[in-house]
Amino acid sequence: MPATPERYLEVQNSEEFGRLRQTLRKFIFPTTIAFILWYALYVLLSAYARDFMAVKLIGNINVALLFGLLQFVSTFLIAWYYARFAARQVDPVADDIYQDIEGRATAGADEGRTV
Amino acid sequence: MQLAAEASSDTSRTLTITLFLIFVAITLGITIWASRQTKTATDFYAGGRQFSGFQNGMAIGGDYMSAASFLGIAGLIALYGYDGFLYSIGFLVAWLVALLLVAEFLRNSGRYTMADVLAFRMRQRPVRTAASVSTVVVSIFYLIAQMVGAGALVSLLLGITADEKFLGMDASTAKVFTIILVGALMIVYVVVGGMKGTTYVQIVKAFMLMTGALVMTIMVLAHYKFNLSTLLGDAAARSGKGAAFLEPGLRYGVETAGDATKTFYSKMDLLSLGLALVLGTAGLPHILTRFYTVPTARIARKSVLWAIGIIGVFYLFTLALGFGAAALVGGKEITAQDKAGNTAAPQLAQKLGIDYLGGDTGGAVLLAIIAAVAFATILAVVAGLTLASSSSTAHDFYANVIKKGNASERDEVNVARVAALVIGAIAIALSIFAQSLNVAFLVALAFAVAASANLPAILYSLFWRRFNTSGALWSIYGGLLSAVVLVFFSPVVSGSATAMFPDEDWHWFPLSNPGIISIPLGFFFGWLGTVLSKENDAEKYAELEVRSLTGHGAH
Repeated sequence: MPATPERYLEVQNSEEFGRLRQTLRKFIFPTTIAFILWYALYVLLSAYARDFMAVKLIGNINVALLFGLLQFVSTFLIAWYYARFAARQVDPVADDIYQDIEGRATAGADEGRTV
Repeated sequence: MQLAAEASSDTSRTLTITLFLIFVAITLGITIWASRQTKTATDFYAGGRQFSGFQNGMAIGGDYMSAASFLGIAGLIALYGYDGFLYSIGFLVAWLVALLLVAEFLRNSGRYTMADVLAFRMRQRPVRTAASVSTVVVSIFYLIAQMVGAGALVSLLLGITADEKFLGMDASTAKVFTIILVGALMIVYVVVGGMKGTTYVQIVKAFMLMTGALVMTIMVLAHYKFNLSTLLGDAAARSGKGAAFLEPGLRYGVETAGDATKTFYSKMDLLSLGLALVLGTAGLPHILTRFYTVPTARIARKSVLWAIGIIGVFYLFTLALGFGAAALVGGKEITAQDKAGNTAAPQLAQKLGIDYLGGDTGGAVLLAIIAAVAFATILAVVAGLTLASSSSTAHDFYANVIKKGNASERDEVNVARVAALVIGAIAIALSIFAQSLNVAFLVALAFAVAASANLPAILYSLFWRRFNTSGALWSIYGGLLSAVVLVFFSPVVSGSATAMFPDEDWHWFPLSNPGIISIPLGFFFGWLGTVLSKENDAEKYAELEVRSLTGHGAH
């Protein structure tokens, strides 16, 4: 059940919700910028640093292939790390706030009934 | 080696058709079963929100790994080596945008469509109209690309040559027939099965595709005793391009000696493509609606994690398939069959079958299996696209714009079914006329529009307090128009040998992918439209923000 508009404004301006927003944004925005820059570096090297990308490392495996595979590794790692971060630092706080809104809504209803 | 080697071609053809019919029979069965479970609008649009993270992860993979990914990327790698791999990396990294910035918030704040989130704190009618337009445009471009691809593939996969008749049809009749058949089946899946039926079709298809790709990958690697370096060396040698085959630059960002301008634009095009690939995914409507099929935002997160795993592993398979095709089949043999390389994976299957599964019959069997998987792939993707666009037409345009939110659930679902029929019919008709079109251009356009029109609006909506109706309209229409106009004046439409109109020339935009210009323009228009208007609904934004972060009040 959605709460009242006033209630949502109150929650939005609460300290706890502010902390949740901060925690989340401090993770997702810098991480997004980081992986986009990391990917951009890879595309730029593919476009402009072909001699470097062509350097052979082991047998026929060159820097370009390693760099490409590293993009896979970094994608998997970031996904895993985000899931861990969200489960530990975001979900519990989000649940608290959720319960708080629900609790108060129910409490309000109870008061209504007793009066 | 000819794909349609005389003796084995009939066996292979019959087998391909039989296997494909089995797939169709199974999925139709599932669809009819799903239709009995589809009673409410939530069932039709969101599959009852009952899918698990793994199921939806598979379905996302099924929606995403199109024929373009499977046959296209394997073919690109087989012909151009490293550059095909570069393409798949963009497709994979894109999922981080969906995971970090979109999936969970969208699941919490929306109900059935992308517009639910965009219109949440805006004036409903104009924003829903805009979102509906861009949903249908993106989906139709993508749909035509898939269906034209299906038509082109059928003659190749069934090995129908230009002067040969098959069931009384010549090659071009067979193409039209395939387009109509694929279109009719996708309409049935969507109209009858809704999201529940379509999701199971995606899951079955993803399973088939992963299994097929895994088996071939193991065979290729086993052939080279699991030594990647030997495989790469052989691929480079047989490609006819030597060491350059393993380096970037054969397909994208080509350097033209003595022509600095051409080289510059070619490299800009590579950057533009990279940007559109990474930012387009999280704006594709048929992908966004998948997040609504699970019960909570946390399960939506889990389903994206599964999807990243499945799609990532799949692209690693295509690496082995592409290089394997170059090494074992050979570049010349692939281009002899199809200039674009789309038949590289099926040809590789045939070769592996001949070498390891007992000669011509084995080759025919493996070829048939992979060809049937490719058909299943196309069918599942077109169904997903049709569902997304018909949902938006019914839920956004009919129920909220025309009926102003007063349509009954039953009416809405009936309209969605009719819309699927109409959109499906339009897509069939357009695909028949568009047969000669360059398919890559349609896909590039779909991704560029998704990244330029949809993504800016979604991100602003979720994260920017000040964003308003005017900003949403400016970013959607501005991004959409920028992308479409730039493509219209690009070398893919006119002024080059491979253009849609090769004999005309009105192009002035030098790049074939508009992303590098149109995506920033989409974000810029969204900002400009916002600051030009004083409107702002603080209460609704409070509700949206609290809801998107905590799930309170989520459907």
